[in-house]
Amino acid sequence: MTTAVVDVPHLDIGGTQKVSFATLVKVELRKSYDTRASFWLLATIGIVVLLVEAIVLIVSIAQDGSVQFGDFVGAAAFCTSVLLPVLGIMLVTSEWSQRTAMVTFALEPRRSLIMWAKLVVGILLTLVTALGATVLGAFMNLLFAVLHGNADWTFGWNFFGGFVIAQSLAMIGGFALATLLLNTPAAIVLFFVYKWVVPGIFAVASANIGWFDSASQWVDFQRAQGPLYDLTLNTGKEWAYLLVSGLIWLVVPFVLGVWRILRAEVK
Amino acid sequence: MIKVESLTRKYGAFTAVDDVSFVCQPGRVTGFLGPNGAGKTTTMRVMVGLTPPTSGRVTIGGHLYHDIPNPGRHVGVLLDASAQHAGRTGREILTLGAQTMGLPESRVDEMLELVSLDQTEAKRRLRNYSLGMKQRLGIAHALLGDPSVLILDEPANGLDPAGIRWMRGLLKGYADRGGTVLLSSHLLHEVEQIADEMILIGRGKIVAEGTKDELLAGADHKTSFVTALDNEQLTKVLHDRGVTFTPAGSGLRVDAPPVDLGRLSVEHGIVLTDLRSAEGGLEELFLTLTADTQREGVLA
Repeated sequence: MTTAVVDVPHLDIGGTQKVSFATLVKVELRKSYDTRASFWLLATIGIVVLLVEAIVLIVSIAQDGSVQFGDFVGAAAFCTSVLLPVLGIMLVTSEWSQRTAMVTFALEPRRSLIMWAKLVVGILLTLVTALGATVLGAFMNLLFAVLHGNADWTFGWNFFGGFVIAQSLAMIGGFALATLLLNTPAAIVLFFVYKWVVPGIFAVASANIGWFDSASQWVDFQRAQGPLYDLTLNTGKEWAYLLVSGLIWLVVPFVLGVWRILRAEVK
Repeated sequence: MIKVESLTRKYGAFTAVDDVSFVCQPGRVTGFLGPNGAGKTTTMRVMVGLTPPTSGRVTIGGHLYHDIPNPGRHVGVLLDASAQHAGRTGREILTLGAQTMGLPESRVDEMLELVSLDQTEAKRRLRNYSLGMKQRLGIAHALLGDPSVLILDEPANGLDPAGIRWMRGLLKGYADRGGTVLLSSHLLHEVEQIADEMILIGRGKIVAEGTKDELLAGADHKTSFVTALDNEQLTKVLHDRGVTFTPAGSGLRVDAPPVDLGRLSVEHGIVLTDLRSAEGGLEELFLTLTADTQREGVLA
C-alpha cells in the first residue's frame, strides 16, 4: 500500500534545455496562420491592402489627377489600422476560445514568455504588413508612371516611420485589451469603442466643458498619437501626453491581463 | 515518481480536493478512480501547474512541474482531448507540440502510427474527429516527447472496446519499460484491468488505495451469486438445508459464502455454471466507498 512517506525516485532534468524564446516565437508565428480563421485574417489584410491601393490607382488615373507614392501607403494604412488590432486580439483570445491554453501552458509553464512571444509575433506581422503595403505602393506608383506618366515619388520617410509606429500601437492596443478580457467578441467591441467612440466623447466633452480639454489630453491616446503620424512629436508636453495616455490604454490592461493569466486557473 | 502531499484546493466554500496524499511509482500503472466531480481532474491539473493549489503540493521526480525545463520531454499530459483548436488538423496539432519540444517532424509520423491514425485522418481537422480519434491524438501528443511520466485524465473515454484494449496494452508496455502512469476514470472496469495500483477518491478525499487484491481483502464474502445447470435441484437442496436465497437473473443470490456452495455442489453432484461472491466486486466496494463519505477510511 502506498503512503505519503514512501520515497519516490528522482527525475533527472539536468540534461534538458529550457524551451528557447526563439522556439516559442516560431511556434506562435505558426499558430497565427495554421487554421482557416487565422489564415484568412492574414489573407484579408493582404487582399484589403491590395484592393485599396488598386482603387487609389484607378481613381487617380480615371480622374486624371496626381498621386504620390505616400498616398497609396496612407490609404492602406487606414484599413490596416482596423485589421491589425483584430490580429492582435486573435493572437491572444484564440487560446482561450479554443481552450488550447491548457496545452500551451502545460508545454511551457512560464506563461509570461508565451505572452511575450505572441506580442513579438504581432509586431513581426505588423512590420510585414507595413513593408508589404509600401512595396505594393511602389509597384502601384510604377504602374501609375507607366499608364499615366510622371510618377511622384514623394513619400515622406517621417510619415513611414510614424506609420509603422502607429500601426504597431494599434495592434498592441488590441493585444492589450484582449489580454485583459480573454474573449474575442468582447475585446473587438471594446477596442472599437476605444478607437472610435471614446475620442468622439472626448471631443464633445472638450467642446462643452472648459477644463476637460486640457485634462483629456492626458487620457486621449488617439489624440496623443496625432503628432506621431508624421513624426513631429517635438515638445516635451506631447511626449508626456503620449506616454501617459499610452500607459493607461496599453500598459495597464497588458500588465493587469498578464498578471491575471499568470495567476489564474487555465480552463 | 509523482508525489502528492496534503493537497487541498478550495473554490470559495467548496473544497474540491481535501488533504489528498498519494504516490505513483515508476513501472506501475496507477488508476485514479472516482465518480464525476470527485476531484480527480483538479488533482491532475494541480500536478501540471494549470491550477494553483490552496495548500499542499505535487512534485514529479522531486520537482515542481513549473521547474521542469521543457516539461513535455519528461511528463506526458492529456487532460482534455477536446481542448485543441477545432480548426487545426491532427498532424498540425502534433507538429506544434513537436516544434515546442524541439523534436523532428519524423516524431509526428511515429506517433501517428503508434496510435493508428492514418495519413488521411491526420489531415482532417479536429472538429471532424470522433471522441475516440481525439483521445488517440491526445495520447499521441502526450507521448511525443518520450516522457518518463504520463498523466492521463479519462483517456479511455470515447474509445471503443478494441480501442480500450489497445490502450491497455500500450500503457502496460509503457509501465513495463519503467514509465510511471497515472490515469483517471469514473468507470471501474476501465481501470480494474489495467491498473496495478488503485486510488479511490470521493468528494475530494481518498477513500481507499492499494492493489486490487488489497482492496478486496477487506470484503466479507457472506453472500454469493450461483447458477446451476439444474437450478431446481439446487433450490431444493438449499431449501432442505434451510439456507435462504432469492432469485437473481438466471441464477440465485444465496446467503452463504461461495466456499459452502462449492462444497454443497460436490456433495450433491450439482453442476454449477457460475459461482462468485456477491459483495466481493470492486464495483460494489467502489460504490459503497464513494457514495457515502461517512464511511471513508473503513477499508483504507
